[in-house]
Amino acid sequence: MSALLEVKDLVVKYGAIEALHGISLTVNQGEIVSLIGSNGAGKTTTLRAISGIRRAASGSIVFNGADISRQAAHAIVRSGLVQSPEGRGVFPNMTVAENLDLGAFIRNDHAEIAKDLERALGLFPRLRERMGQMAGTLSGGEQQMLAMARAMLTKPRLLLLDEPSLGLAPQIVQTIFKIIREINASGTTILLVEQNARMALQVSHRAYVLETGKIVNQGDAKELASSDVVRKAYLGH
Amino acid sequence: MKTLAQHQQDVPGKVATRWDVMLLPWVACIVVALVVHFASPVLVNEYWQNVLRRVGVFVIAAVSLNIVNGYAGQFSMGHAGFMAVGAYVAGATTYYGSLLLHGSVNDPNFYYQGIGLMLGGIGLGCVVAAIAGYLVGLPSLRLRGDYLAIVTLGFGEIIRVMLELTKGQLDNAAAVKDAGAKLLIHLNGPSGFFGIPSYANLFWIFLFVSVTCLIAYRIKYSSTGRALLSIREDEIAARSMGVDLTKYKVRAFVLAAALGGVAGGLYSHIGANPSPTDAGFQRSFDVILLVVLGGLGSISGSVLAAIVLILLPEVLREAQQYRLIIFALLLIIMMIVRPKGLFGVKEIWELDWFTGWFSGKRRERKAGAK
Repeated sequence: MSALLEVKDLVVKYGAIEALHGISLTVNQGEIVSLIGSNGAGKTTTLRAISGIRRAASGSIVFNGADISRQAAHAIVRSGLVQSPEGRGVFPNMTVAENLDLGAFIRNDHAEIAKDLERALGLFPRLRERMGQMAGTLSGGEQQMLAMARAMLTKPRLLLLDEPSLGLAPQIVQTIFKIIREINASGTTILLVEQNARMALQVSHRAYVLETGKIVNQGDAKELASSDVVRKAYLGH
Repeated sequence: MKTLAQHQQDVPGKVATRWDVMLLPWVACIVVALVVHFASPVLVNEYWQNVLRRVGVFVIAAVSLNIVNGYAGQFSMGHAGFMAVGAYVAGATTYYGSLLLHGSVNDPNFYYQGIGLMLGGIGLGCVVAAIAGYLVGLPSLRLRGDYLAIVTLGFGEIIRVMLELTKGQLDNAAAVKDAGAKLLIHLNGPSGFFGIPSYANLFWIFLFVSVTCLIAYRIKYSSTGRALLSIREDEIAARSMGVDLTKYKVRAFVLAAALGGVAGGLYSHIGANPSPTDAGFQRSFDVILLVVLGGLGSISGSVLAAIVLILLPEVLREAQQYRLIIFALLLIIMMIVRPKGLFGVKEIWELDWFTGWFSGKRRERKAGAK
């Protein structure tokens, strides 16, 4: 397997405070990799640095063979690395259809867009019923579905998902994770950030455990789920 | 906004070359201008025709400001500055151009050349305003919200002060020839530029009004418009869709400034002597009021607000000393009843009550309720 994303010694600072103290991680083509850790561990910061919303103070981020650590966020999106933003980030005063339309903003291949839309709506049938409705009036779960469908329409090679289960009912969380698997099965590599370690480890191939800005553990997701340290700290048994 | 369903129907390349889509709207603009031009003298007297010309100028000002304040959600308070740039450039072009080429201003024998000078001046004013928009936009669009408002407010004030410091107006061809490039500082200081012939009749005004509305409409429903509306909704989400924030914000700023320059250029040709106060805070605020009341992002809202708010003081003139009170009261009621402006971000034909009215659903629903 070849590395699609390679992060080396990434340091990110907020003013004088160092939030990430040099983390390194690799995501291979076709994998689901999850980044787990508690509040304030630096999970979201890592994603933001990778997608270019936050500048890295030092370290390198190589995506698909090119260093993207100095590139503008919109340029990174064009190279195929797409983040579904934290807090869902749908456009509340636009309809579901308009939101999806913006997902395909960087694309011009209308026939392919139409196919991808069908595929996305196939995964999220609920959205089809809501096409004309304002995104802000959707339920939390539906908004998360919309954010994911919109990110899929951008046709990413690597999809970054930030806390897709945040604030959702357990049943909807199940659905969301089922769909994450399906998106991955259709060829999209996924880097997942989650507080819900149990679910995250179930769907991923590999995982990294982040603690106060450092990677403290990494490896096969199944093995991590059964390791004592992770079980005590994050799985609660 | 083009929906994805429409994407599917489009055969690539076909729509863009269809002559009726390309050409017809522009022809319609000319027709609108001609209709207004020939119908108005029959319907209203000279006084109201003048009011109508003023309405037209403010429609352009409001619709253009709507591109940056409405679509992109960037609160600019310097629109009057761009308008004043356009007004002075266009006015001085016509005035000094006439002196230079003909030796006198406002001579009936020079009428058609004068119109030519006016159009050239408006074009020039549009370009200069656009350049000013670019220069102001590029550094200040790194700022958000209140800070952007303050910087743009400062721009308008800078223009106002600069205009106040200019020297007296020249009034004969010989002096104009001598002055050469120094003409730029002969803009008559605080008392304002006088004697610009009012070449902008109803035809020209409403030609520019309809063209501005058409441009604004096309932008709103293009990918640029989509990008701008997404920036207004959520900058981070827009960025993660691949929208280049700076590029689109600057684009909106330049477009708004250019069209604001056109509004100013016309303003100086309707017999309203442009003065430094036209660049100031008060005037900027007048235009912002139109945009906010019409609904941020709604073209038809801006148009309607401009028509109503310019006509209202004229109609209320009968009530003399009470008219400002009534005016203020109407504004307060508006903000309570429709806090998002008249139409919000929608156009009038997209509103439920409007479409319902015309398809007869409204009556059915009423009948059903009984």
